Amino acid sequence: MSYAQLIGDWQALAVLFVAGVVPNQIWRMLGLWFGGGLDEGSELLVWVRAVATAILAGVIAQIVVEPPGALASVPDALRYGAVGAGLVVFLLTRRSIFAGVVTGEVFMLAGKWWLG
Amino acid sequence: MALPPLDSPQWNSSWLAFGWGLRSVTQTILTLVLFATYLGIGALAHDTHFSLLWALCSTLFVWAGPAQIILITTLGSGATIIQSAIAVTVSAIRLFPMVVSVLPLMRTPTTKRRELFFAAHLTAVTLWVECHRFLPLVPRERRIAFVNGLGFGLVSVCLTANTVGYFLAANLTQTLGAAILMLTPLSFLFSTARNSREAADVVALTLGVLLYPLAAKMNSGVDILVSGLAAGTIAYGVHWWREVRA
Repeated sequence: MSYAQLIGDWQALAVLFVAGVVPNQIWRMLGLWFGGGLDEGSELLVWVRAVATAILAGVIAQIVVEPPGALASVPDALRYGAVGAGLVVFLLTRRSIFAGVVTGEVFMLAGKWWLG
Repeated sequence: MALPPLDSPQWNSSWLAFGWGLRSVTQTILTLVLFATYLGIGALAHDTHFSLLWALCSTLFVWAGPAQIILITTLGSGATIIQSAIAVTVSAIRLFPMVVSVLPLMRTPTTKRRELFFAAHLTAVTLWVECHRFLPLVPRERRIAFVNGLGFGLVSVCLTANTVGYFLAANLTQTLGAAILMLTPLSFLFSTARNSREAADVVALTLGVLLYPLAAKMNSGVDILVSGLAAGTIAYGVHWWREVRA
């Protein structure tokens, strides 16, 4: 393992801060600013939580619909099928996260193996 | 391991509460999922020619799986810094409502904003889900310390996973890489679904998934924000309607 692999150059770290840390962190700090004054039972908070859940749902959909990296090598039908199969088992097992995740993964891997 | 009862002396100091938070890392399947996800992020960073230090810094300072995956894949595929920053910030918008909704769970009337700084930084989907599960079992005045302990534990697990993944990367096949990347949507979906108690939560999650592909057709760059605001507001409408009828 070389110095370049372990540490790298400072430009790459600067890019990390400009393109990654700041655009990400700004939302948490805004949340800290606003969240300081909200009441736990307020109606506004119910809406805010619903929007948080729906945006997270969008992030989930984005990874499945427009897959990054190696996931793009898996056919569309297999990715959607994996989510569907996982969801069915998740519901059948009275909401077991573990059972749902394992089923989705096994479905995708089995499909990929079967397709060759 | 069960957490001690609310009136136990085991909650008498912040350090004890921090310790209980740290130990709670072993009480959730999400820790295992995080480990695998960050193994994948370590490997992805290696394959995209980022240094190990870079990968560890991204975990420590970004601390959001999807943002890190988006950052590495966009920079790796030759996007400009501005393009990457926009993609990251859109995926991170969810952190704002998450932080806003999670902080009131641990605040007391005397809590100062700076005391919540680390809790805000540590907030990401796993901590958000686990706060709703664990915090009712933690005395209110010890919740910040508990969350800091839980977050510290999760970050440590992920830094370890990054390092292991980085060194394993050369031996990771494309299929295994795909399987690791698939963990993120599966675990996010089921952990959020498990956390959904009210009809509004279920509506927000379901509509949020279904509306995204529609919003993505607009190619506005803020598609996730559009579908999230629409689905979240409809879900709130459902909540409001049920309250009015009740």
